[in-house]
Amino acid sequence: MVPFCFAGIKLIALPQGALYWPARAALLVADLHLEKASFFARAGQMLPPYDSLATLADLTALVAATSAREIWCLGDSFHDPKGCERLPIQAQEMLRALTGATRWTWITGNHDRSFADHCGGMIVEEAQIDGLLLRHEADPREARPELSGHYHPKLRLTVKGRRVARRCFIASATKLILPAFGALTGGLDATSPAIARALGSRGEALVPVADRLLRFPLAA
Amino acid sequence: MTTALPPPITDWFAAKGWMPRRHQLEMVEAAREGRHALLVAPTGAGKTLAGFLPSLADLVERPTQGLHTLYVSPLKALAVDVQRNLLTPIEEMGLDIRVETRTGDTPSDRKARQRVKPPQMLLTTPESLSLLLSYPEAATLFVDLRAIVVDEVHAFAPSKRGDLLALCMARLSTLAPAMRRVALSATVRDPDVYRGWLSGDGDFDSVALVQGDLGAPAIVSILIPEDKVPWAGHSGRYAARQVMAEIETHKTTIVFCNTRSLAELIFQDLWAENPLHLPIGIHHGSLVREARRKVELAMAEGRLRALVATASLDLGVDWGDVDLVIQMGAPKGSSRLLQRIGRSNHRMDEASEAVIVPGNRFEYLEARAAVDAVEAGALDEDIFRPGALDVLAQHIMAVACAEPFAEDALLAEVRSAAPYATLSEDIFLRVLHFIESGGYALKAYDRFKRLTKGADGLWRVSHPKFVAQHRLNAGIIVEATMLTVRFKNGRGLGKVEEGFAATLSPGDTFFFAGMSLEVDRIDTEDLIVHATAKPARIPTYGGARMPLSTNLATRVRHFLHEPEEWSRFPADVREWLEMQQRRSVLPAPDKLLVETFPREGREYMVVYSFEGWNANQSLGMLVTRRMETLGLQPLGFVASDYAIATYALKPVTDPAPLFSPDILEHEFVDWVQQSHLLKRAFREVAVIGGLVERQHPGKRKTGKQVSFSTDLIYDVLRRYEPDHLLLKAAWEDARARMTDVGRLANLLDTAAERIVHSDVRRVTPLAVPVLTLIGRERIATGLADEALLIEAESLIAEAMRED
Repeated sequence: MVPFCFAGIKLIALPQGALYWPARAALLVADLHLEKASFFARAGQMLPPYDSLATLADLTALVAATSAREIWCLGDSFHDPKGCERLPIQAQEMLRALTGATRWTWITGNHDRSFADHCGGMIVEEAQIDGLLLRHEADPREARPELSGHYHPKLRLTVKGRRVARRCFIASATKLILPAFGALTGGLDATSPAIARALGSRGEALVPVADRLLRFPLAA
Repeated sequence: MTTALPPPITDWFAAKGWMPRRHQLEMVEAAREGRHALLVAPTGAGKTLAGFLPSLADLVERPTQGLHTLYVSPLKALAVDVQRNLLTPIEEMGLDIRVETRTGDTPSDRKARQRVKPPQMLLTTPESLSLLLSYPEAATLFVDLRAIVVDEVHAFAPSKRGDLLALCMARLSTLAPAMRRVALSATVRDPDVYRGWLSGDGDFDSVALVQGDLGAPAIVSILIPEDKVPWAGHSGRYAARQVMAEIETHKTTIVFCNTRSLAELIFQDLWAENPLHLPIGIHHGSLVREARRKVELAMAEGRLRALVATASLDLGVDWGDVDLVIQMGAPKGSSRLLQRIGRSNHRMDEASEAVIVPGNRFEYLEARAAVDAVEAGALDEDIFRPGALDVLAQHIMAVACAEPFAEDALLAEVRSAAPYATLSEDIFLRVLHFIESGGYALKAYDRFKRLTKGADGLWRVSHPKFVAQHRLNAGIIVEATMLTVRFKNGRGLGKVEEGFAATLSPGDTFFFAGMSLEVDRIDTEDLIVHATAKPARIPTYGGARMPLSTNLATRVRHFLHEPEEWSRFPADVREWLEMQQRRSVLPAPDKLLVETFPREGREYMVVYSFEGWNANQSLGMLVTRRMETLGLQPLGFVASDYAIATYALKPVTDPAPLFSPDILEHEFVDWVQQSHLLKRAFREVAVIGGLVERQHPGKRKTGKQVSFSTDLIYDVLRRYEPDHLLLKAAWEDARARMTDVGRLANLLDTAAERIVHSDVRRVTPLAVPVLTLIGRERIATGLADEALLIEAESLIAEAMRED
């Protein structure tokens, strides 16, 4: 794991799609979209009802591996405001165990704007910690350093005739966009105009692999 | 004869100066006896009329108003053929019989009217029939149905569309117990398999077998300009001038190519050798429908001298005046070759004429084998497998949309369809629960059920919205995500796979629709292009690659080992084999030759497996993986239909451990589960089975349709419920169609006792055709995604560095 510097703060982009902040022992994740499958099941598309379990199991493993003391979820943690009410018992237990053991903060997003929390943690719209703004969706007019989610960035490349796609981080001098962490969340191409607009300046896609952080420049 | 036809029909034959053919009368006789019937006859034998004649006779003798006969064809474009074979005779006989078509293109008001006031004869496709069966009116609509006529049955009975049709026929037999089943087939190796499929319950004696007369034997030759066959290539492009000369001396020629991209290249090559500016057209499945219809019409009206085509012309429409068929590259199978030959000269008393242009020396042997096989009437085997479970799920939902059903009765009905004859009750119930609420072990969706079992024991659709959803998403063909190739003015030329489009950047050129096109930009759904004079690179934008059939492979193996055959071959092919015999080994048909030799600092291994391209691709992957484990430092491999070649830093001294059967348990399962193969299969079963909604063209751009990455669903499912029904279905698909695993397994099971290892000092003659693929084909490496990304990063960094 290779740390990189963002706005003067040392951060580590994890291959699992989360961001670790060593100085605070904080883990940041975006776009969990818990209970996305059951949301679509209501309309007849019976997706596997295991997406929350998978996402929370991955998160539990990361918390254990990093010994994180605080967790920040950067919005769209539930696919819809009623998502928390549909969590299977087993997933509720996993979530309570996590929120009980860490300082847990839910930042709300466009999918879970007014959700009622039944499993612990604190709900806020935005947060500012140690000079970094945490919010769901990047604001192009924001001049302060900002961490966000929302866009589910994914890097798609064709190498030697093979297509490779990976969740990635997007970074500029003052903005860092996290990939989606949810098990059933799709991705938006890192080169998409929507991401360029949100970024407002030249950026690069960051792809953590086992022992290094790959950087791919994006056109402005 | 008891089969006298009623007067209007006999009069019509007499007025034409014709006699009904023997097999046509036998079809009428089978109908009078109330038997099912399978007609096996070559193209041009009046097959379609033979299929309809019994129904015409019955309608003359016992006129009815309701739906009398269903005609099912795998092709939407029935119009031309049916016009000639059905509508014109009906009109000329002065019969008052209404005939209509019903396909995905039929306007919805007409479809609605057809459900309440059907014609006496309805022409349709398996998918449209399945949809029709999903309406509550089905029970009354089909009650008096007398016959179903399945055309071109050889082309789709062993596929998922065949599964769907078999289930539809089972349903129809419940609704209309008097319905006779009739199928029309090209010449097949074993008609009894098709009789069994048609009968449903496997009792093939209940199906009368009617054989058409054989036409005059075809004249098939192999074209070899200046008696020279190239070392490499697989398209026959070098012979463009000679092919053009054949076109000039014939009335109308069809030039068949094995892939769509080759068709485009050949078209360009022929055009360059066409000083007389003869009208030549191109036809393949990626082109827009209007372009294809236009070319078909020009062909039917005799306005084209030649048509460059792919498998898109293997079926259907009869082209009256074609007098020559040219096969570019090896034919890959004798049944396919025979059907293609049948496209020429539809008059039974005149011989069809065909020319094969082999692409390289192995392809010469293959072409020779195909000619021998056609002369001997040795056709390829048709492989039927158990019915697909995703298709069954779709069918059960269709039945539920029409009316409530009892599970016992439905299971019995489903089992009366041949592909599902051995379906266990357990699997049937799992399919049922899959439709009900996803079929998961975790009961999370009890509130959202699509089907509900009532107090009366009958299953019903829970909400009308699920009925609408089914009708919108039903269908068996799941296309890869496609982009439309368009000019700036919006005119569409055809479609290419998203994967191909992703390899293009603005300024790149490729051949398509007979033109060289330059890319302007790429949108979500469109590839915007303009015509250019710049040369184009070789595209691979879709269409399946047919592997060599086992039948032809066996014949080629025999050629290698039987020098007495070689006198028939051109001098350079003979010398090639003789030199191979002196320098290395020509293996006996039951042996597996493995050659090893060094060349320019690399260590090569060439394995002559003859298992076809698909199986050889898999074999190459597995063998290089194992070479990696053994520390031989493989760099890559290439595969052809005949052989694989690996190249590495260290030599293979003992090939045996590379081919042990345990490779199937270790490397293979591992590889397939990680590969795109299974994920692609999963995507298909997820759509057909109704787990996710189908992508509807045009909706992606507007964002009106939520699409899921089925890859992510696959990952979650594999992690939490690896035994789920859809994973089982995806595995079965991948196994049956994509890897030719059966051929691979046989090879590995017997490799140990069959290996003949020939360690030589330098490259051998037999190795050249596959080695020349290095650098021309996309080279498959064992590199994982991560390594590719690392490589891409360093490339980009290097390219973007200021000097």
